Amino acid sequence: MTVTAVYKDPQALTMTLEAEFDATPERVWQLWADPRQLERWWGPPTYPATFTKHGLSPGTRVEYHMTGPEGDQPKGYWDILEADAPHRLLVRDGFANDDGTPNEEFPTGEMEVTIEESGDGRTRMSILSRFPSTEAMEQLLAMGQEEGMKQAVGQIDAILAQDTVRTA
Amino acid sequence: MQLVPPDFDRMFGALADATRRDIVRRAIDSEEGVAELASHYPMSFAAVQKHIALLERAGLVTKRRIGRRKVVRTNLAGLIAARRLLDRYEELWRGRVDRMTQLITDTKETDR
Repeated sequence: MTVTAVYKDPQALTMTLEAEFDATPERVWQLWADPRQLERWWGPPTYPATFTKHGLSPGTRVEYHMTGPEGDQPKGYWDILEADAPHRLLVRDGFANDDGTPNEEFPTGEMEVTIEESGDGRTRMSILSRFPSTEAMEQLLAMGQEEGMKQAVGQIDAILAQDTVRTA
Repeated sequence: MQLVPPDFDRMFGALADATRRDIVRRAIDSEEGVAELASHYPMSFAAVQKHIALLERAGLVTKRRIGRRKVVRTNLAGLIAARRLLDRYEELWRGRVDRMTQLITDTKETDR
């Protein structure tokens, strides 16, 4: 178990998740700083993320989209508000329209990443997410960033495919 | 930003008192303010106000302005909805952390 703690506050619509990694803070920072690595963990295998514009210096707008099993490509963006490699990152995240411009219909959320050494060559990362509204949360979850249903459907498909092979 | 303890503890703590449970029940469909709610109980206005404040912190009731009045309403639906969304969001991040861990392990093996 690398997730060490989760705090959720339904009134304030915030969640803090803490995880520990057997790696240095620099290594954990790379997971965010290298878009190719970021793509390997941001979205679930069934809904991978592609970062089309990336950089972690303050003022940068990061652009990405997810790709669903049906070929749907919901888009999102991050505005980097604060960055202090390899320890801290403050991001405003929002949804984007098909043309990549910010979708103003949904208020933006915030994600605060803290990365620090926890001794013995290990690193603790905490993610504090602040959501503007339950609607925005719904939208985010619907965007395919969660495994949940879609993952489960994928697994069922895989099992069914195996059956087909066996009976054939 | 302060961390809060698991809020179910707070919710159940808030509901572990007969007066507070009664307030939550009344506030489901009534449109009473703090003073009106206080009139139902054999205790001081300040005591009832404290109970309501505690319920408010637990997210079980909210104070809403209706016209010129402020009424206390039970917020169960909103709370449950928010709670469910946060649970799903937690799952999302657990998946991400698993993939991050895998990625770190993979790169270590390539280095070897």
